[in-house]
Amino acid sequence: MKIFSSIGAYLLMMKGMFTKPENFKMYWKELMHQSVEIGMGSLWIVTVISIFMGAVSAVQTAYQLVSPVIQKETIAQVVRDTVILEFAPTLVCIVLAGVVGSKIAGELGNMRVSEQIDALEIMGINTKSYLVAPKILGALITIPLLVILAMALGIYGGRLAGSLGGILPAETYDRGLLMNFVPKNVWFALVKAYTFAFIISSVSCFYGYNVKGGALEIGRASTTAVITSCVLILFADYILAFFLL
Amino acid sequence: MIEIKNVSKSFEDKQILKDISAVMETGKTNLIIGTSGSGKTVLQKCMVGLFEVDGGEIIFDGQNLTQMTEEERKELRQQIGMLFQGSALFDSMTVEQNIKFPLDMFTKWNYQKKIERVNDVLERVELGGTNKKYPSEISGGMKKRVGIARAIVLKPKYLFCDEPNSGLDPQTSMVIDKLIHEITLENNITTVINTHDMNSVMEIGENILYLYHGEKEWEGNNKEIIFNKNQKLNEFIFASEFLRDAKDMRMLEEKGIIDNDRDMDEIMREGGANLVIGDEDKKPE
Repeated sequence: MKIFSSIGAYLLMMKGMFTKPENFKMYWKELMHQSVEIGMGSLWIVTVISIFMGAVSAVQTAYQLVSPVIQKETIAQVVRDTVILEFAPTLVCIVLAGVVGSKIAGELGNMRVSEQIDALEIMGINTKSYLVAPKILGALITIPLLVILAMALGIYGGRLAGSLGGILPAETYDRGLLMNFVPKNVWFALVKAYTFAFIISSVSCFYGYNVKGGALEIGRASTTAVITSCVLILFADYILAFFLL
Repeated sequence: MIEIKNVSKSFEDKQILKDISAVMETGKTNLIIGTSGSGKTVLQKCMVGLFEVDGGEIIFDGQNLTQMTEEERKELRQQIGMLFQGSALFDSMTVEQNIKFPLDMFTKWNYQKKIERVNDVLERVELGGTNKKYPSEISGGMKKRVGIARAIVLKPKYLFCDEPNSGLDPQTSMVIDKLIHEITLENNITTVINTHDMNSVMEIGENILYLYHGEKEWEGNNKEIIFNKNQKLNEFIFASEFLRDAKDMRMLEEKGIIDNDRDMDEIMREGGANLVIGDEDKKPE
């Protein structure tokens, strides 16, 4: 029964976001601040993960393709499609659920426990609109961009691993990238990116905003936000793949 | 003025406030006192609209909070300033940014005018020059004063303080009390303070509401509270033997039984006022 009340509270929080801002300039400033925090704050980890993700993918694909009948270009195709379809949107978003999700839940939880949210409410500010909406919008702006970056870096990581490891020359890799390319895969990846960005930000905001208690509960809310986000991402991943591919 | 009429509030099955009625007067420091768990904070949060009451009305100078739309409440809240128990300063902002925040949100003033107002309120709370410090870099008393500055920056009509002396030493507590009282008088605002600090009650308690287990048990002022006849209130105020003796001394002084320091010293040497309380006319030998 608790899950239904949580879903209800979540939907009420989302509904409460849609009010006229008290001061558009302040809201815009908060949106920009959150976009920078989420985007720039995750840039380094996304870069590292993506490069190594692509590199490992190339090495392991080469390991599995033992038949001389199969062209070396196939390695590049497999790396490209795996990175675009799965690694960049899903794996990167699962990592972002930990990085961004815990940050959002912790920040809002701390604000709740130290009565900063109450202070904003007393001033006459709709905190769902001022605190939650910029985080969700900021995630929707920056996370898909990070996923696009992850795609590019993942594919480059594969090229780097292939050429440095002697698996396949860079020219062969580049040729393979252009073979049998399906543009719809990129569109599918972006649909996943937007969906996962919404899940990460809204779920984390929900748990942080509704913390009751002290430091222990903030930690718990942060952990629950990450776990719930990861589970929902994987579930959405399957649903989207089933219906869109 | 704020009128509380028959306010009740429950959480799940537990009734926290039971049919409370009181008037918080304009231009006065109105205190809500009681033991921990008596419902002081819940009552104050009901008054500012953070909690919805289950029954009753809360009227701000003729405007009924319980019947307002969300938009009307927002407008009313812009006339309210609140100091929280933990100050509730925004950690990521400097002192100046904290105080400027309501001005940024609700005024169309230019930057210079906002900074002038910020500096004015900082001078008023005797924290001039701390503009660029962060909340983590200032003491507890300073945080409270920044909280007060932020609460009054928009010149509110109503000021709420939730245990403003919590965690402060007695000397700093007196400074905070004096500041709140002076601001109340200067601006003729309605100030409501939650406290269980008896120093505050005695110093600035112009209108006192005592809650006991969620009910209004006593109402009066700081002159009436010393010699009140309410047993529960007396057990709350005079919890320590020291204060009980102090009260008894005061009674004897008022009745003229003790009329000089020599009599006082003798009584203290003999172990306090207990010696004479049984027979008020008996003087110490």
